[in-house]
Amino acid sequence: MMGWQKNQICDKVECTGGAPNPSMDTHRIAEKQPPSEMHLWCVRVRPRSSELDGHARDVLTDVHQLGLAHIERVHSSKIYFLAGELDAATAQNIAAVLLTDPVAEEFEVSPGMVERQGSIPTIEVHPLPGVMNPVALSALQAARKLLATHTHLQGSLSKVETGRRYEIVGAQSANELERIASQILSNSSVERWFIDGLERHDPLPSELPTPSIAPFELRHVSLRSLNDDELKKLSRTGHLFLSLPEMQTIQQHYQKLDRDPTDLELESLAQTWSEHCVHKTFKSEINYKGDDFGKDGQVEVHFGNLLKDTIAAATFNLDRDWCLSVFEDNAGVIAFDDDYGIAFKAETHNHPSAIEPYGGAATGIGGCIRDIMGCGLGAKPIASMDVFCLAPPDFDESRLPKDVIHPRRTLKGVVGGVRDYGNRMGIPTVGGAIYFDERYLANPLVFCGCVGLIPRDKIDKQPNPGDFIVVAGGKTGRDGIHGATFSSAELTDTHADEFSHAVQIGNAIEEKKVLDAQLLARDHPTGCLFTAVTDCGAGGLSSAVGEMGILTGASVDLEKVPLKYAGLRYDEIWISEAQERMVFAVAPENLEDFLAIFAAEEVEATTIGQFTSDKKLTVRYNEHIVGQLDMQFLHEGLPKAARNATWSAPKNKTETAAKCRSHEANLNPTEQLFAELSELNTASKEWVIRQYDHEVQGRSVIKPLVGPEFGPSDAAVLRPRYDTDQGLALACGLCPELSDIDPYWMAIAAVDEALRNAICVGGNPRRTAILDNFCWPGVDSEESLGALVRACRGAYDAAMAYGLPFVSGKDSLNNEFSMSPEEAKRTGLPKTISIPPTLLISAVAIVEDVNRCVSMNFKTSDHCIAIASAPVNRVGLREAMELHHKVSKLICSGKVAAAHDVSDGGLAVSIAEMCIASGLGATCDVASNTFSDSLFDPISTTYLLEMPLKDAEQSGFPIIGRVCTDSKLTIHRDGSEFINAEVCELSQAWREPLQRGGR
Amino acid sequence: MKPVRILVIRAAGINCDEEVMHCWQLVGANPSLVHINELANNPSILDDFQIVTIPGGFSYGDDIAAGTILAQSIASALEAPMKALIDRGGGILGICNGFQVLVKTGLLPGGDVESGQVTVTFNESAKFEARWVRMEVATTRCAFLTPDLTQESASSKRNFRLTKPVYLEMPVEHAEGRVVTASEQSAESLSEKGLVALRYVDMENRHDTYPANPNGSWAGIAGLCDETGRVLGLMPHPDRNFAPTHHPQWTGRKQGTPDGLQVFLNAMSYWGR
Repeated sequence: MMGWQKNQICDKVECTGGAPNPSMDTHRIAEKQPPSEMHLWCVRVRPRSSELDGHARDVLTDVHQLGLAHIERVHSSKIYFLAGELDAATAQNIAAVLLTDPVAEEFEVSPGMVERQGSIPTIEVHPLPGVMNPVALSALQAARKLLATHTHLQGSLSKVETGRRYEIVGAQSANELERIASQILSNSSVERWFIDGLERHDPLPSELPTPSIAPFELRHVSLRSLNDDELKKLSRTGHLFLSLPEMQTIQQHYQKLDRDPTDLELESLAQTWSEHCVHKTFKSEINYKGDDFGKDGQVEVHFGNLLKDTIAAATFNLDRDWCLSVFEDNAGVIAFDDDYGIAFKAETHNHPSAIEPYGGAATGIGGCIRDIMGCGLGAKPIASMDVFCLAPPDFDESRLPKDVIHPRRTLKGVVGGVRDYGNRMGIPTVGGAIYFDERYLANPLVFCGCVGLIPRDKIDKQPNPGDFIVVAGGKTGRDGIHGATFSSAELTDTHADEFSHAVQIGNAIEEKKVLDAQLLARDHPTGCLFTAVTDCGAGGLSSAVGEMGILTGASVDLEKVPLKYAGLRYDEIWISEAQERMVFAVAPENLEDFLAIFAAEEVEATTIGQFTSDKKLTVRYNEHIVGQLDMQFLHEGLPKAARNATWSAPKNKTETAAKCRSHEANLNPTEQLFAELSELNTASKEWVIRQYDHEVQGRSVIKPLVGPEFGPSDAAVLRPRYDTDQGLALACGLCPELSDIDPYWMAIAAVDEALRNAICVGGNPRRTAILDNFCWPGVDSEESLGALVRACRGAYDAAMAYGLPFVSGKDSLNNEFSMSPEEAKRTGLPKTISIPPTLLISAVAIVEDVNRCVSMNFKTSDHCIAIASAPVNRVGLREAMELHHKVSKLICSGKVAAAHDVSDGGLAVSIAEMCIASGLGATCDVASNTFSDSLFDPISTTYLLEMPLKDAEQSGFPIIGRVCTDSKLTIHRDGSEFINAEVCELSQAWREPLQRGGR
Repeated sequence: MKPVRILVIRAAGINCDEEVMHCWQLVGANPSLVHINELANNPSILDDFQIVTIPGGFSYGDDIAAGTILAQSIASALEAPMKALIDRGGGILGICNGFQVLVKTGLLPGGDVESGQVTVTFNESAKFEARWVRMEVATTRCAFLTPDLTQESASSKRNFRLTKPVYLEMPVEHAEGRVVTASEQSAESLSEKGLVALRYVDMENRHDTYPANPNGSWAGIAGLCDETGRVLGLMPHPDRNFAPTHHPQWTGRKQGTPDGLQVFLNAMSYWGR
């Protein structure tokens, strides 16, 4: 007889296999007949043996890293709470058939919550009410289906919740348990924990929590009579984060209208006018006075609109015909071939990731993917890139400021978030970077980039009056309120409490279903079934509908919006950022077909209103008008700020530069090479990369780790279409350490790095587009604004000289953390920690033929190693550009066997990396007249190229050595031995530091 | 060669359907992509096909455990037509999540192997692993792996070892790919019956070293087939190795027919006879 036995429902189910454990002494269900009304069952599922409890081993490692080396063991179990009219046998059956693996796990079912049994202290973790819980939702649906298909099972389910329980063997105090609970097992912004043992007993709740319900009440904000101080206060306490002139503009508007705004109107304005949504600093008028750009001397420059005069000006001046959509849509679009365009976007999700790294990073990548889905009529996401800037994972625990998450945990969390979201979406994470600097301690940066493929006839969109407004995907809850305004605030040591509502957990499968349905509706045989689409960004429906209806007007009935639970106020429904949700404009004649497709894909799609022709945004709740705004005022009423900016070079340049290299000075060159390879910014990121699916969709050509020994690839290459050989290189550049010297050169270096990374793998510099993501400590002072101006100007100069149009960008301009003087004294940290001004440049380059791509590992012994170098900060942009083009031509001609860029750690590290990746050795002699730098200095615009002798000689680039089989790296300097090391030992030094996410 | 009728199942969270469809097209088939709900509503659709493919992904988020919810759907709605498909000489290929689903429905290892003997669970390392692996074909039984030998070996029912070892290289990308059996004897018994289709091996042919065995699978089991040899499930992705530029070492050494594509070619030569 064939299989299926596992899914048979039995009358009696017992724990499968494994020796009975005293602490899991099963409650005898049969003896406790439950009543037939509402009942709560607790199902606990645990691995059958500790050998199968990998999660517990992982936790134990973290516990040891926390300094609790005496903890002997951890046991983990999963908990499902089943609520409903359910008898014991049915609960048993659901547990046996659905919730427990018959080979690897065992379970027990008990009525109600289960207190600790036995003497081992336990920690139980539950999600907070209202937090997205995909497992609970899936389990509820699957269990209901089970009940429906097995008619002999009695009862019905109203709710499922989940939890996790840990037994901590060897804990010595309740205090230790609390540290483990709060610092490893849970995050208080989305979860709560209960400790039982060692003289502490947190009572478990007696029933599943439900969110509170608020009755309807239309609220106005008395704004018209407030004085300036009161306006400022309202801006802060109402979480509006608007400046005084902005508050005054709103006040005057409502004075003219002769009424007070409703809370919803004020919130809509705050969201739409937030730095996050409108980039007001970048669009402001700036008078810059300070050092000239790239030249000695002082200048005064007036920018009418910083963005238009720098970043965007480069794009418009370059005027490339292959730029199909720039700075208008949710993503930029360039031409790929005659049929398809490439949509490209990168976002940051810094503040949510500071509070809840896992959820913050997951919803960050989720949001960036939705930007690609919301580009034109929808692009299909084909790859992601993620960049993190964090404090070193070995940061001293005792110096950690209150409410700041330790960087080791942040790293684990953000990697986990990207992994679980990207992998589930089926979008390969093909590249990225991790950059460590202590100044990112309280403000970790999480950049998420995504690339999509879009048919060229699907790039334009515009809703028509009369089109329905349809929301599809995730439902609205209270989580995610104030995401846009929150991101415009400075973090403090109370931010975790104040803004926990801005933190969300993602549900990738919901987004995947929306994507599947959207692409079916886009490619419908009768033509695209919708006229426009956008994602629900940080401002929720307020910004999505507000943006879509900008030229028409829109009217919305909020009571139609699907909610996670009853009781949300109308303004909460309007501004809450629901994840995994898109807003569509659907013409009446297509509505039926559109809704049918979404229903077939099991995606909730609901009509909530209509686009109008009155140029007004009208919001109703059960027939009450709760807000009505002129589109004109909403989108163009924001007063334009005029600011002064200034900048002068720091006095002690060399000292600042030297600070980047922290290890001891008196090492010999070989020792220094080992130390450089172990620097966190250079060391292997394999631990991270292998947690990301980087090959799903079958488009991979150059992977993030290359060569037989897995060295660091300069960039990733994909084949977007299966049926052609044209490819796409994805690369990034990031040089925040140079901001300490001059943000102008920092920006140029970042553009240069992104370009040379793309060139190394075979990208065409004449068909390369870039993105800017600015993360600034703040822009309140003239100096910090001056730093921003310099970076923008550097980006402009580099983009113009190299011919690289910017196609999209994003900024996050408030990344400072303030703490009390006592806390600063205790931790020895400055009272305000500011991140270094950070600019991420992401590049997408067309690769003419993927079969000609090059990887950075050495290929063949006796090949020559040539150096191509024209450091842009010394020779200028023109000469650097010529070098880039010359190298690119050589690589694309097929003459180069391996190419690698020189970056952190200088020439010596780059040669070592090429050896490490291949397992081959190299013998080099670097004459100081061919390359005058110290071999460890970071340097821009420099490539290492492996070529056969003849090609190397013809190239005209200086030959500095050759590849050899003996797995030894020797570097001579002007004839005398400088470095001599075994490649396998170098490899170990490079792999060791981040092997488990940091020591 | 006769045309082979191939169905690829789609479901919420399945995300490798595009490349699986492409692989079948590359080897000359014209596969149909059908949503599981459509199949559940109209199971007779299956009657028209010879090979069902369940691609990888995270069906229903892999919430609860990998493949559990999709397995439940298949078990409750498609049990009879799936069995009928196998009985009339058809085949099933489950890749990654598809393999987890086949094990959790009991279609693998199937036959007289009792339920509760085999499962696929969390990796020993407790984390997602993305890397290329080397596998040894461990049975002569499987139509997707050794199409020429299958007939003969199915009748002999003894000694399923290949006379000449065959190695395949493909990527794994999963967090729950560890094949665990109820006891060590059950693993041995699977092997004796020729149901262990593929084993992870390192360059010295050991199957228990990490990372050559990326997930801690018992006996290095990377894939299982049923006793007909026409149902194969495997954790590694043949669908991510259909072009020479997929292999991580392609920039350094010349590639022949990609091993992944070979699996689809084998199926075509077996069912297209």
